[in-house]
Amino acid sequence: MSMSNHKKILLICVTFIVFGISGLACAYAASERLVLTGSSTVAPLVGEIARRFETKNPAVRIDVQTGGTSRGINDTRNGTADIGMVSRALKPDETDLHAFTIALDGISIILHANNRVAALKKQQIVDIYTGKITNWKSVGGADARITVVNKAEGRSTLELFLHHLELKNSQIKPHTIIGDNPQGIKTVAGNPDAIGYVSIGAAEYEAERGVPIKLLSLDGVDATIANVRKGTFPLSRPLNLITSREPQGLARRFIEFSRSLQIHDLVEVQYFVPVNTVD
Amino acid sequence: MLLILIFLIHESWPALSTIPITRFLADTSWHPLEGAYNLMPMLSGTLLASMGALLLAVPLGLASAIFIVFYAPPYPAAIYKRLIELLSGIPSVVFGFWGLMTLVPLINQWHPPGASLLAGIGVLTLMILPTVTLTAYTALAAVPKEWLRNAAALGLSHWGIIKGVALPAAKTGIAAGIILAAARALGETMAVLMVAGNVVQYPETLFDPVRTLAANIALEAAYAMGDHRAVLFVSGLLLMLLVMVLSGMAGLLEKRHHA
Repeated sequence: MSMSNHKKILLICVTFIVFGISGLACAYAASERLVLTGSSTVAPLVGEIARRFETKNPAVRIDVQTGGTSRGINDTRNGTADIGMVSRALKPDETDLHAFTIALDGISIILHANNRVAALKKQQIVDIYTGKITNWKSVGGADARITVVNKAEGRSTLELFLHHLELKNSQIKPHTIIGDNPQGIKTVAGNPDAIGYVSIGAAEYEAERGVPIKLLSLDGVDATIANVRKGTFPLSRPLNLITSREPQGLARRFIEFSRSLQIHDLVEVQYFVPVNTVD
Repeated sequence: MLLILIFLIHESWPALSTIPITRFLADTSWHPLEGAYNLMPMLSGTLLASMGALLLAVPLGLASAIFIVFYAPPYPAAIYKRLIELLSGIPSVVFGFWGLMTLVPLINQWHPPGASLLAGIGVLTLMILPTVTLTAYTALAAVPKEWLRNAAALGLSHWGIIKGVALPAAKTGIAAGIILAAARALGETMAVLMVAGNVVQYPETLFDPVRTLAANIALEAAYAMGDHRAVLFVSGLLLMLLVMVLSGMAGLLEKRHHA
């Protein structure tokens, strides 16, 4: 009696497993999947591109995850992601990867809209970030203590910023440390005495929607998308898709789509600068 | 639970085996990419924020519980209790967002930079207040009614009954609730991450920003590699040990209560 019960249970289990596997196989055959991870600056743009790509190729599912440039490189190298998103040029020790620029972006210093300071010299920014200047009065602003907003270690925005100012992160004396661009913009918008830096694309987008922040010019060049496009803005960077080997099949189709004229409107909506593709 | 512990130890082993323990205590600061791994400022930040929140939440929560059980008429008491229950159900991100948009600018006007230990304590207090209140309420409501009636018959005042009979009888339950609240405060991540400023340092005043261990993991884990990743697991391990000590204390209390 108990023996036959066991058999029944076994039979049910086997049936479930067989159905499960065949179901999975069906799902796998019906849709190709592409996983992208990396920079929180690139991810919103790639998310939009992916949505358009999916409408044109209904059988394809594209999964876009953020986590920073380092994660994008890490995941691409170990195969967790098919394509990585990287918001800077590749470093000399990353030549094992293939990079494809899909847009350009600049980093802008942002202040609260009510701050009287209109421009800062590079040395003044260095002094503010290293704690030598602590009051806005010293740089022509109101008599108020400066709140220095810095990015968390590992973010590519931080790397590019430090590289430009020729500083190490341990030299910076921050009052607030933030993660992604939206958090940085919210922090500065909520504090009239704060100074921070975020991607120009994100800052210009929020500023036009009435968020009380302003973008500061750098070395006499206005922090605008137009100047990034001209290549005159000093703090700018390429937004790249990377792969561990020469892209094939679906990954290759997606990268070509991301660099084509078909998505230039998406790039511009996000206040990035499209790259000039010849084809 | 054991599996999580094994996983944490396994993941942090590369760091624990190559970096001597003293470096986590005595390095100049926390700059994992530059090879400085001092966890102590963050440990102190975690403990200070949690203790500050407990200091505020325990008297408030206890007072609320006493109010509901002994003073409020049934109807307002029910509404008040429902409100506290609602407070306990609000996601921590919402607290964090409220803190960032309201509390931080408020503190900034008073004493910049605003994002500070005080703001962290503020949101943590709101978050653990329901835990303290509801456990204290349950413990107080469980005190046998005849004890209270006997005390009243002996001619004790209302406050005398509460202080002399109800609170001592409910002591263990209240203490367990406080420990639970402390564990929640130690591990809280998103709300603190958004308002506490996240600068790695020993705070000198309430207005200095701090980074807690949990916030550190959330800030850096997503894009950490190699050694950086491993030392983040070490900070997770440390946090877990803290919570285990706390829950051990709660268990001990329970045992004493039954003995």
